Amino acid sequence: MLGLLLVAAFAGAALPARAASTAPAEVHISNFTFDPPTLAVPVGATVTWVNQDDEPHTVTSAGGGFTSPALDTDESFSFRFDAPGTYVYRCAIHPQMTGKIVVQ
Amino acid sequence: MSQEHHKSGTNRRDFLKCMAWAGSGLVWTLSGGVLSSKALAGLQAAPNAPRTGSRGSSASGFRFVQISDTHIGFEKDPNKDPVATLQESIARIRALDPAPDFLIHTGDLTHAQKAGGFDTVAQLLGDVASGGTFFVPGEHDVFGDGGKEYFARFGQDTRGGGWRSFDHQGVHFLGLVNVLNFKSGGMGMLGQEQLEWLEDNVRNLSSSTPVVVYTHIPLWAVYPEWGWTTGDAQQALASLKRFGSVTVLNGHIHQVLQKVEGHITFHTAMSTAFPQPAPGQGPGPGPLKVPTDELRRLLGLRSVTYTAGRQPLAVVDSTLG
Repeated sequence: MLGLLLVAAFAGAALPARAASTAPAEVHISNFTFDPPTLAVPVGATVTWVNQDDEPHTVTSAGGGFTSPALDTDESFSFRFDAPGTYVYRCAIHPQMTGKIVVQ
Repeated sequence: MSQEHHKSGTNRRDFLKCMAWAGSGLVWTLSGGVLSSKALAGLQAAPNAPRTGSRGSSASGFRFVQISDTHIGFEKDPNKDPVATLQESIARIRALDPAPDFLIHTGDLTHAQKAGGFDTVAQLLGDVASGGTFFVPGEHDVFGDGGKEYFARFGQDTRGGGWRSFDHQGVHFLGLVNVLNFKSGGMGMLGQEQLEWLEDNVRNLSSSTPVVVYTHIPLWAVYPEWGWTTGDAQQALASLKRFGSVTVLNGHIHQVLQKVEGHITFHTAMSTAFPQPAPGQGPGPGPLKVPTDELRRLLGLRSVTYTAGRQPLAVVDSTLG
């Protein structure tokens, strides 16, 4: 009984942070652009990129922190940002496509 | 077409003549140092075409064929079967008389390294020309694994990051790689190591040696906003300026464009898989979704003929339809 209460207490305490980290953060890839090109999210947020183009694209960080495989149409890739900072990324196939995630 | 602004002054007539071939598939003929091109259909029909038996090579010159951007693995509009259009291209090559001595493939063999793509290309091109096929990679062939699979299969006899040179009947060929180190902003890059190799490679060549450069991304600024340029191309071209005939062949943009700069002529090639928009037309450089009955008029290949004693090589683009 005590154990269950503890779990409940922990879950309650963690709830606000958890809600922030799971807020939908989505970047659409369409017409050879990342939309929005710059996205601000809280620490712990998971960002999902969805490719809406007929061309394959990737999400490849400039610093090497994250890289997706080639995403075909309607495929997606997610990454959780646990540290504050600015993360610049591009498509490895079409590197003129660039984007930025600002983690605050 | 709107690419006249890419052309520098003196060879407008030649340029326009060449542009008339646009969209009709080219056969390259190296003749006395000058690449020139004619439509494949025209070549096959030409009554005065040199007949030297089953091989393209003769005492006076030879022919080779460039194909590009086969994109095996692509399966959307406007072409759900790029294997079929590659096979049609191969049938055109096999019908050439004289036959080409070898083929050059200027990259994007596969579409995003789809499984089995390299196998298909190697198998289909295996015996098309007696001299085989010389490849350079496109970004679709190397982005996933840094070129590991591509170079294991097609990188034999290359140097450094996959570049190479070879000589054929007095013509010096340079296969350059500009898709491994994309610069921020998206343009292709050759890189310092390759540039130094290039400078050293041509140092002792006579300036009268005809030079053919083949690579994937254009070595001129076709449309930098879409990454259709190579950031350090000028350094490479500086090493080649003293030569009387330099022909630069590339793929990547899936359409025929030409530019002349002094003794250097630049020729981009059609794809055998799907066309792309003219530079800057539309939101991005994706496949141009043309109706099925138009598709083959926008796909094709290029033949190049060299004839000893004549300068520009004859470059002929021809379409599949």
